Formats: sequence, C-alpha cells, structure tokens
Amino acid sequence: MDEATRSLIDALVADARESTADLARQTGLDEATVEERLAELEESGALRGYTAIVDWDATDEERVSAVVEVNVELDRETDYDDIARRIAESPAVDSLRLMSGDYDFAVNVSGSSMGDVSRFVSEEVAPLPAVTKTVTHYVMETFKERGIRFVDHDDDDRLSVTP
Amino acid sequence: MSGNGPADDERTGTDDRADDADRPATDGGAAEESAPTESGPARFAPADRVESVPPSGIREFFEVAENRDDVISLGVGEPDFTAPWPARSAAIDSLERGRTSYTANRGMPELRRAIAKRVARYGQSYDAETEVLVTTGASEAVDLTFRAFLNPGDTVALPTPTYVSYEPAVRFAGGEPLPVHTRHEDDWALTPESLLEAGADEADVLVLCYPNNPTGATMDADEMDAVAAFCREHDLLVVADEIYAALTYEGDHESVATRPGMRERTVVINGFSKAYAMTGLRLGYAMGPEAAIDAMTKVHQYAMLSAPTTAQNAALAAIERCDDEVERMRREYDRRRRYVVSRLRELGIEVSEPGGAFYAFPRVAPIAPDGDARAFATELLEAEGVAAVPGTAFGAGGEGHIRISYATGLDDLKEAMTRLERFLS
Repeated sequence: MDEATRSLIDALVADARESTADLARQTGLDEATVEERLAELEESGALRGYTAIVDWDATDEERVSAVVEVNVELDRETDYDDIARRIAESPAVDSLRLMSGDYDFAVNVSGSSMGDVSRFVSEEVAPLPAVTKTVTHYVMETFKERGIRFVDHDDDDRLSVTP
Repeated sequence: MSGNGPADDERTGTDDRADDADRPATDGGAAEESAPTESGPARFAPADRVESVPPSGIREFFEVAENRDDVISLGVGEPDFTAPWPARSAAIDSLERGRTSYTANRGMPELRRAIAKRVARYGQSYDAETEVLVTTGASEAVDLTFRAFLNPGDTVALPTPTYVSYEPAVRFAGGEPLPVHTRHEDDWALTPESLLEAGADEADVLVLCYPNNPTGATMDADEMDAVAAFCREHDLLVVADEIYAALTYEGDHESVATRPGMRERTVVINGFSKAYAMTGLRLGYAMGPEAAIDAMTKVHQYAMLSAPTTAQNAALAAIERCDDEVERMRREYDRRRRYVVSRLRELGIEVSEPGGAFYAFPRVAPIAPDGDARAFATELLEAEGVAAVPGTAFGAGGEGHIRISYATGLDDLKEAMTRLERFLS
C-alpha cells in the first residue's frame, strides 16, 4: 500500500466523518483522487463500512452486551466457515472471530436486555449441532471501544507556549 | 564511578538558606525591588554573561495563553502524545525494584549499546563504550558541547531562525554567536553561500539543527554534502542537534556526521523527548569521537554525575519496544502537517514544505502590521485566541514568520485554521 493510501485509512480510522476536502488536505491527494481511492478500497473489501462508536450508557436506551465463547466440533461436512456464517446471520452479533486457545469463536453480542442476549445464546448458538459448549460473559462497563475512550482522561497538561 | 556524589550533595546545600526569610519568595523580576541589605548591594547580581542574555521571547505569549481558557495553542514545542506505555512501565518497574542510585557517568551500558545500535539506521556508527554519552535531555548535551570545546571568544556559527537554547548556551560558555541567515526562499536549508556571507568560514563551530525547530525544514543529501564540504574546507567543528530525526516525513534523515571526513569533527546530539514523547523524562545523548565524548563526560560527571536512572530505564524500553508507537505518532503528525500546510496555502499564506519535526513556519509578513511577526502573533492571540510563536523568538532570521506547532490534535488544528481564516477576512 502506498503512503498516501495508508494515510487515508489512518485518517478515516481516526474520524470516519472527515470530509473529502479534509481527507485530501491530510493525505496530499486531490479530492477526486480521494474519492477514487475510497471507491477502490470499498470495492476490494478493505473498507467494510463507516459506523459510529456509541456509549449507550450515556443514552436512555437499555443496552446489554456480552462476549460469548463458543466451542465447536468440526466434522467432514462442517468447517469453521460454515459455523461462522450461521452465527453471523443474527443481527444480535456485533462481531465474530475465530480464536486461538481454549475456545473457538468469540462472539460479541448485544441486545436490549439480558434476556435478549441469553435467548440468542440458547436459541441461536447452543442448538447448532457443531457447538459443544458456550460461556457467556456479560459486559459490566466499557472503558474504551475501538480506540475511543469512554472515561474522562487527563486534559492536556503541557505548558501552552514552549520553545 | 559515582564517587563524586557527596560533593555534589554538599554543593546544592550551601549556606544561603538562613537568608530565606529576607528574600522575596519569587525569583526573577522581584529581585530588583528587594532593598539592599546592610552588607551592601544585592548578593546575586547576575554575572555579565548571564545578564547579556535577553529573557525568553515567548514569555508574554505564554502568560496570555495560560490565562485565557478559550485559547488554542499552536505554540507548544513538545508532543501532545503521552510516552508509550512500555517506557512508562519500565520507569515504574525500575522504581519498584529500587533502582534509585546513580548509573555510570556515561549512562547505563545497555542503554548506550541500544542507542549505538539504533542510530545505525541513520548511517551513524559509534562505539557504545567510548563514543556515547547519555545526558539529562538533549539540552544538557548542547550545553556540555559548548562548555567542553569553547575557549573565550571562540565563534559559533548559528543558523537563524533556530531553536532558542543555542545562543544562550554559547554565551554562558564564553563563546561568540555568529548568526547565519537561512531563507524562506531556500526552504530554510543552510547553504555554503549564506555561511560565507555571514563570515562563518572564520568560525570555530557550526550548529546544525535539522529537522529544524522552528521551520520544520530538513536538508536533503546534496544540501548536506555541500555544508559538509564547507566545514571541511574551513575546518569547522559541528554540533548536529538531530533531536527530530525520527520525525522526518519526506525522504530519509540526513546526518552531517555520515559525510566523508565529518565524523571526526562532529558531535551528534539526539534524545528521547520528541520521538518517544518523553520530554518530561529529560533524557538525551551525545555521540562523537572518543576525545570529544571524554571531554564532555568530564563536564557531565561534575555537573550532573549521571542522567536520571528512572528515565534511563524508560529510554531503554522505548528503544527496544516502542517502534510501532513511534511510527503511529509519526504518521499522525504527518497527516496534521499536510493538513496545516494545505489550509495555510489555501488562505494564500506562503509556507515552505516542512519535511520534519512538528512545525510549520508560514510567512506572515505580507499580512502583518508593518511586516512585524510579533505584532501579528499578538493580534491573532487577542482577536481569535490562537497562540503561535513569532518567528523573531528564534532569532532575527525569523522576522516576518510565525511558528505553528502541529503537536496538537486535528480538531484543534481545524478550529485554529478556521479562526485564522476569520482573522484574515
């Protein structure tokens, strides 16, 4: 990847709402080229979406999240991709990853109540033939999400003018 | 090696404490108001060489900026990032393990080895045992260099505009600064022509600071070759302050010390403050031929004994485990750099391409009252709450320019540029 494209991605990761003009200023590309590169990155599947990071605790919406560890047993007809495709179908699944270590899949789930999340596990995950075990960990508090901190942290304590 | 400890401690505890009650609680200006004591004139009349150095040119900006809460400061000369966690953690760890003694005068051997290995990426090669000295900030290294090598009246060619500490350090050491103007038109690179014009062929020492504070300028290989040739021809020693080397955005960092015949006449200064966002840990280093480092170590061992042990441990972790963090910060600075330069140019303000550090040095003369950078900066601060340092704070060569630091988050930079636009309209 060339440096300008890398900068473009960095800029979007920092703030996906950057205007095309500001992306151009930060990357040294002109605006038309920025649009072009973005289209290419979307096309190739490198840029999968632009979404908001929400601290639901700061709203009046009820939101419960959990990380579900899922163990599976593969057979001749079923591989990880098949199972993943099945689990990913549920809108309750925020992210789904195949892991190394003690379990196979880590599933980030959210719903409007613990009941919602439990139902997802008991009705949509556990009954799958390949699934041998699930462990559900409810999220108690979120401190940082995709690089954004949810807790107040130190203000800039530098002297305001220094040589 | 740390046998000088007790002497050092005694020295800091000299006899003046008894007078505390009679002295004003504050330092500086208040001293003038204190009535002479019965023993005659004030005891602490500064020495002539101290008196000869003017106060810092940024003080008043600092005060206004600190006392208004709507100010966006583009005047900060240090990273807005925090030191990477592995470095901080190593500092904590070293304290927990009770590593609170002096280290070897020259610095921890493993740190010197890590430094020597690290600078190989700039083509520099120094022996960790004999050619590297760890200092309390690069600032100490600058001070040591002049104290170790200047005889009274020796001339030090100082490019202007440049970082504020060199000139006082030269004067404190009894040397004579010789300003050498660099120009916006040359993208602030130092040239043999400007050196010759300033009479630097007769100087004893040349200070080079590239990437440069305040201009952000870097020098390319050809430009550096030309300056090196000048130094060889006119037999100049070189102090190369490369504190911003890791923050180079266009091409590779070029060090004068890697030019033929230059290693033996150059002291390279670098440190952890800028690259690793560790300004407050105060850790730098100097590298040069054994004789140079020996002389500097002699001053260092009496003045400082050794650089702070906690900071040395942090620095070792920084070198060994923080490359990714440094690169992440560099890339973020780079995006801000491009953003700021683009916005300035869209406003019709000339600014030469800053290839390193985290400063842009736009030319405000055409839009400043009487071309006066200081007046421009003052009005900008008063009218729009944007603090930038007038170029003249960095020497006469900075007239007509202001320094904009982009060691500030992009949101603030955007707001500052919007305010600047409003200020100009």
